[in-house]
Amino acid sequence: MSVYDSLIIGGGPAGMTAALYMLRSGKNVAVVEKLAPGGQLLKTAHIENYPGFVKPVGGFELADAITEQLMQYPHERITDEVAAITQESGLYLVRVGERTLTAKTVIVCSGARYKHLGVPGEERLIGKGISFCALCDGNFFRGQTVGVVGGGDAALEESLYLSNIVGKIHLIHRRSTFRGSRIFEDKVRETANIALELNTVVAEVQGENEVSGALLKDVHTGETRFLPLQGLFVFIGFDPEGDFLPAGLERDKSGFIITDCEMRTNLPGFFAAGDIRSKMCRQVATAVGDGATAAQAAYTYLETLHG
Amino acid sequence: MATQVTDATFDATVLKADLPVLVDFWAPWCGPCRALGPVIDELAVELEGQVLVVKVNVDENTSAPAKYGVRAIPTLILFKNGEVLDQMTGAVSKTAIKEMLAKKAVA
Ligand SMILES: Cc1cc2nc3c(=O)[nH]c(=O)nc-3n(C[C@H](O)[C@H](O)[C@H](O)COP(=O)(O)OP(=O)(O)OC[C@H]3O[C@@H](n4cnc5c(N)ncnc54)[C@H](O)[C@@H]3O)c2cc1C
Repeated sequence: MSVYDSLIIGGGPAGMTAALYMLRSGKNVAVVEKLAPGGQLLKTAHIENYPGFVKPVGGFELADAITEQLMQYPHERITDEVAAITQESGLYLVRVGERTLTAKTVIVCSGARYKHLGVPGEERLIGKGISFCALCDGNFFRGQTVGVVGGGDAALEESLYLSNIVGKIHLIHRRSTFRGSRIFEDKVRETANIALELNTVVAEVQGENEVSGALLKDVHTGETRFLPLQGLFVFIGFDPEGDFLPAGLERDKSGFIITDCEMRTNLPGFFAAGDIRSKMCRQVATAVGDGATAAQAAYTYLETLHG
Repeated sequence: MATQVTDATFDATVLKADLPVLVDFWAPWCGPCRALGPVIDELAVELEGQVLVVKVNVDENTSAPAKYGVRAIPTLILFKNGEVLDQMTGAVSKTAIKEMLAKKAVA
């Protein structure tokens, strides 16, 4: 079985850019992506802050363009999930489904996923009233009463989107001030069918076969009350997609991978790029930059192997 | 490619099928649905003869999704002899779908 120069995990903006750079420098590369290429771009309606696009570019459109550009360079693409990574005599063994792939370097670009509330009732009711995508599921709640949980840009923006579809929104946030942009916050405060439930957390989601409401808890008094809801949209941040990462890899306390400014981790030949890294700014522009940087660092590392 | 099923063909194709049927409820504008697309198409080929894999566009067909309480997309529902065996929501991996099928002993 062949040994790849570089195995890239994740086909979002970071992974596709890393692959593009590795392939253009003549390396043999496999990209493992469990879903269609694009990553979070596929969850984004429009992107207004990616340089080079005067009009907002559609998330699908940008994903397709990057994929098409990458496809000009022959490489192996595997549609499945990486389950585990181990090290053996200077090589990385990557388990994907029933196969084990071998590579001299690994570039992890597995991104981030929506954080769950972690309260009783949640896992059971996902898809039965609990949603992480307003654009996808808003229509199922036309004219109904829904909750939105969170206090950042995502929660504010999605509340504004939903306010045009649903009857009434309760925006549930654990603090008294919002983390998101002022423009969104002002609009939210002006929107008649958005009620703010501040200093409040969701303690439990209730419902038999579909959401019937949420048990809310006041963070100061500890008092609880039941709020009847047909839907609950959760936007409380992201967790790293890192269940498969090897032991011994340095990560921050939230589980994001620690790298230096060349995207090198503490393991030789092991690089990380994009949202999976421990960093402040998680955007398409930074993911793409990380991908290019990681590829260059991996290329340099491969050169040293040949002595 | 997974075949498209409509409200009109749902009973005949899904509920009265001889094989177990995995139905993907989706819509063209839904990102996670699109992310799942290639996984469903690959499974349709890999599972041929064991499980019938089909798609229902919830924009054009509303009765089947309403009947089965679909309130998020993508939702995958596994049917056998007209009964719901199991379901999953979101852009899940091929491995996770195969685990569900194995757990229900259909593939
Ligand atoms: C709703 C929304 C709106 C946004 N709006 C903007 C915006 O306007 N501007 C902007 O710049 N950014 C925006 N972002 C953020 C931006 O999309 C991300 O920062 C960027 O996509 C990160 O790229 P990435 O390649 O690091 O990770 P991702 O895009 O998360 O891609 C990671 C990929 O890895 C795959 N993967 C994960 N684990 C495995 C595994 N074990 N095996 C195989 N494959 C795996 C995933 O399926 C995924 O495709 C938005 C994000 C969201 C969710």
